[in-house]
Amino acid sequence: MHGRVKIKSTAQQEEEKRKEKEKKLKAFVSARDAVLKKRSAGEHDEEALQLTRQLLSSNPDFATLWNYRREVLLHLETLREKDEVQKLYESELHFIEACLKVNPKSYGCWHHRTWVNTRLPQPDWTRELGLCDRCLSLDERNFHCWDYRRVVVKASGVSVEQELQFTDRLIGSNFSNYSSWHYRSTLLPQLHPQPAPDSAPNTSPSPTTSPQFHSHRVCEEQLLKEYELSHNAFFTDPNDQSAWFYYRWLLGRAEREEMISCVYVSREGERVSVAFSKPVHAQSEGLMLVLDGQPQQVEWRSTHPRLRHSPVWLCDLPPGSISDMSNEHNLTIHWTEKHTHRDCALYTGCAESWCRDSATNLELFRSELSVEKSSVLQAELQSCNQLLELEPQNKWCLLTIILLMRALDPLGHEKETLAHFQTLKEVDPMRSTYYSDLCSKFLIENTILKMEYAEVRVFSLSNKNLTTLCHLDQLLFVTHINLSSNQLLRLPPHFAMLQCLEVLEADDNAIENLEGLYHLPKLEEVSLRNNQICKLSDLESLASCTKLTRLDLRGNPVHRTAHIESELSQLLPRVTALSL
Amino acid sequence: MARISQIEGNFQFRERSQWWSVTMLSVCVHFPGLTESVIAAACSRVGQSVLHLDRRNYYAGNWASFTFNGLLSWIEQYKQEVPITELEQVWRSLIDEGEDAVPLSALDSSISNLEVFCYARLHEVSEPKEDQHTSDISEPSQSQEEKESQLSSSPADPTVEVQKKITYQKLVKEGRRFNIDLVSKLMYSRGALVDLLIKSNVSRYAEFKNIGRILTYRNGKVEQVPCSRADVFASKQLTVVEKRMLMKFLTFCLDFEQHPEEYQDYTEKPFREFLKNKKLTENLQHFILHSIAMVTQHTLTEEGLKATQHFLRCLGRYGNTPFLFPLYGLGEIPQCFCRMCAVFGGIYCLRHSVECLVVDKVSNKVKAVIDTRGQRISCSHFVVEDSYIRDEQRQSTAYRQISRAVLITDRSVLPSESDQQISMVTIPPLESSAPAVRMVELCSSSMTCMPGTYLVHLTCSSSGKAQEDLAPVISQLFHVSTIPGEEPSEVLWVMYFNMRDTSALDSSSYSLPSNVHVCTGPDDSLCSDYSIKLAESVFHHILPDEEFCPPAPNPEDIIYDGDGPQAKGPGFDESTNTECLESSQE
Repeated sequence: MHGRVKIKSTAQQEEEKRKEKEKKLKAFVSARDAVLKKRSAGEHDEEALQLTRQLLSSNPDFATLWNYRREVLLHLETLREKDEVQKLYESELHFIEACLKVNPKSYGCWHHRTWVNTRLPQPDWTRELGLCDRCLSLDERNFHCWDYRRVVVKASGVSVEQELQFTDRLIGSNFSNYSSWHYRSTLLPQLHPQPAPDSAPNTSPSPTTSPQFHSHRVCEEQLLKEYELSHNAFFTDPNDQSAWFYYRWLLGRAEREEMISCVYVSREGERVSVAFSKPVHAQSEGLMLVLDGQPQQVEWRSTHPRLRHSPVWLCDLPPGSISDMSNEHNLTIHWTEKHTHRDCALYTGCAESWCRDSATNLELFRSELSVEKSSVLQAELQSCNQLLELEPQNKWCLLTIILLMRALDPLGHEKETLAHFQTLKEVDPMRSTYYSDLCSKFLIENTILKMEYAEVRVFSLSNKNLTTLCHLDQLLFVTHINLSSNQLLRLPPHFAMLQCLEVLEADDNAIENLEGLYHLPKLEEVSLRNNQICKLSDLESLASCTKLTRLDLRGNPVHRTAHIESELSQLLPRVTALSL
Repeated sequence: MARISQIEGNFQFRERSQWWSVTMLSVCVHFPGLTESVIAAACSRVGQSVLHLDRRNYYAGNWASFTFNGLLSWIEQYKQEVPITELEQVWRSLIDEGEDAVPLSALDSSISNLEVFCYARLHEVSEPKEDQHTSDISEPSQSQEEKESQLSSSPADPTVEVQKKITYQKLVKEGRRFNIDLVSKLMYSRGALVDLLIKSNVSRYAEFKNIGRILTYRNGKVEQVPCSRADVFASKQLTVVEKRMLMKFLTFCLDFEQHPEEYQDYTEKPFREFLKNKKLTENLQHFILHSIAMVTQHTLTEEGLKATQHFLRCLGRYGNTPFLFPLYGLGEIPQCFCRMCAVFGGIYCLRHSVECLVVDKVSNKVKAVIDTRGQRISCSHFVVEDSYIRDEQRQSTAYRQISRAVLITDRSVLPSESDQQISMVTIPPLESSAPAVRMVELCSSSMTCMPGTYLVHLTCSSSGKAQEDLAPVISQLFHVSTIPGEEPSEVLWVMYFNMRDTSALDSSSYSLPSNVHVCTGPDDSLCSDYSIKLAESVFHHILPDEEFCPPAPNPEDIIYDGDGPQAKGPGFDESTNTECLESSQE
């Protein structure tokens, strides 16, 4: 047809492309072979640079070639004047830039760039910073570039203020960029540190002191600004998790101090139990036990062999050392590595004794968010409630409100908290199990608090939809525990921390595993009616509880096992009252 | 680009030697505005021979953009325009028996009420001399008003002039840096025009800049409209609760069709009432109604929701606002389509127009046209802009008018960190009877004005003369000295005019043969979608079975006559060029 432009058909184009590809592949393979041959021959010359350059510019992820290139460059460096070395490495930087255009996420390229800058006699950090900014503007989550940027910032001594402004800019253009929020969280404590608590104004903080309890906290004035920034983000888009995580960080506090939270000693069995503020591996922690001024050689063991790191550790004292009721003893546990210790006095006539910090005093369960003054937290709770009014189904908001309420007054807000958990499970069914576990945790915490206020050793938490057990190290002294009518599936190894437990009621759960009923020296009575214990082997751990005499297993599938009664009496000969 | 210019060389050659031998054309396009250019490009692209005539000496008609000096001569032309003497005897003789002649109008009356005011000093005032001032004012022969204003400026106190202001002389000297559009529109990043530019590959002929911010005039001041997620986050004027309300409403608008229960009670009621019912605060209502949906007080809910949805869908494609603007002005766009038309063999003739149409009495179809040089050119379709149609051929003459103002200022309407942003400003009606005004402030990096200045376009549908409609808005937004020269004025130069808006007309408005396709001129809306859709429908009318603007092939995929694929390489050398020419001679 006249005047119509004739265009190559797709088949023609495809064929041309295929041929082109084939040609390229051939050239690449032959160049690669040549390079590898040169390397094994130990040749470090300009030609090697030239060849690797060709290959890397089409495939910058070929790590071997970068290695070879470094070998060549190091060799050439020895042959040249300083000026020329500078030029050599500068041209290397230009080359890497071209490679980054091919693949901005090439490990090899970024690594090589870092290396080149360490070799460069006069690195131009401003230019490098500019490169990072350009790359991040194209892809704000390129973690290779973030990493490289940190190197550049460190080497060039960019001020923290400038970096904070940099995050301002990035967050301003897209607040869903968690990389920037996180970076901010590392900058703020440097720029606006919280004044050290209890430090007299005269004492100048010495730079050598190790990071203290609140070292990565931020001063209150700045915190208020940061709260506002997060409000802006989550009111704009409450479903964006970046700002919520940052907000949680703002409200949260540092890890708890490492300490010995409790020492318990019992004349019966001449046993000492030590609880720590977090799980430790006692055998390697340099623990020292001093009894009446005499260091003792003792063997530390965790409460259950499956717990290598445990918050509770046990040891037996040499036989006869404390068994006489008429003697008074003073016991000290030293944690040499952490420079801390705890004393415990065992008075005449007492069968047992302990020394501890109560959960109430330590505000243990407010640990996630509680450093702030309650007025600040109260204000934040109000903001979140305002958002919840507009977005009653927002899971981030609900969860944050729960955490704030716990930080403020866990018992006072219990009812509301439970209602919010119910909503959470409905709006976010994918995570309902997580919410159930979290709710269980909070309920256990509340029950522990109530127990401590009442100064009793009975822990009762029946019919609360518990799905998991936690904080068992806090129940070291409990003698009676009632967990009936919950949704527990197992008594986990941690259960073995309940060293004083005498009576366990756990009817109407779905327990199929009793691992945690292990070497409980005082356990006498166990009721496990209507659970899911199926096999005789599931009951084996009970054999280690030497005082167990009453066992109720009614309504468990295990009763269908053949010869169950005789098998059980063989396994647990001391049990006199067995119900099947 | 090298290739394009060679092919254009090719077409010039044809113009010289083959032009007069063209006897049979498929489509003759007259007066290339945006619509006509798109039709011409689309026809040419699918192999139709296209002749494109324009009596003017520039492309794009009312869609044109001018340098400052070009605009001054356009203003001159506007004042002097007289009908060219009719060549009736000449063309009468070319009409055969059985044919009728339909003469076209030679006078373009689509522009009216043109007025110009200059507030800039004529010269740098180094040593003030009274007589020098008065002698200077006659230099640029502007409208009467301008002279008056300049006259009154002569007894100016030179001590007031502290900072160095840009003078009129400077504007003229730097005039080439200006690209002043007669039509002011923006491109929605997912609008019909952008889609077409991408689909047809015409986008390769132009570059674009994002509109940086959207502003509005509220409570006597200009403020930024938070429209994107980042804007809402950063906004200092909204409370956090407002942020949530706004985002929630906008999210709803994105797929409002999925939630008919939310708005079904309001389908017959204005959008404004729906917003009120949604309990949005007053400033949120303002932002949504005037700056996001950009609808009037009376627009119905569903239309308002659709407009909001369109705005939102355009966000984030190229930037934080929904709009793009072509570098060097909107006039680039028709030119890009002209270029594509030429690449595929379309022929262009400026300063050359059609006197009359030759209509076959039996079939009542146009079979030829007669040009101003007395040439009879056969064609099977004739595409023409409305302004060429004489009143005798009209069934209806119900026009609307667009009021336009073009300002050159030396300061942004809302100065910010960056002085190189394009801003779109929505100005709700100042009084209930007045129209809503749309303002676009172009910075110098948009290649439409000289550094240190802003080019500001104001547009509204007319209720009267452009000056009456727009001067009150300008005085609200800018500092305009009442006594020019007395104090430094932000506004250096202003032009007002009215442009006819024929967009309400359709084919039933004309009594013309069925193969004459009348295209209406620019409408008063913000985007060009109307013109693009019109072009597509005319194209399908002419060529029902052809695809509208299929992607243009890459230059390397084109096969030239007789040869295999061209040798590849950077640019083309001389031999390729001559080859090209030779092949077209065959």
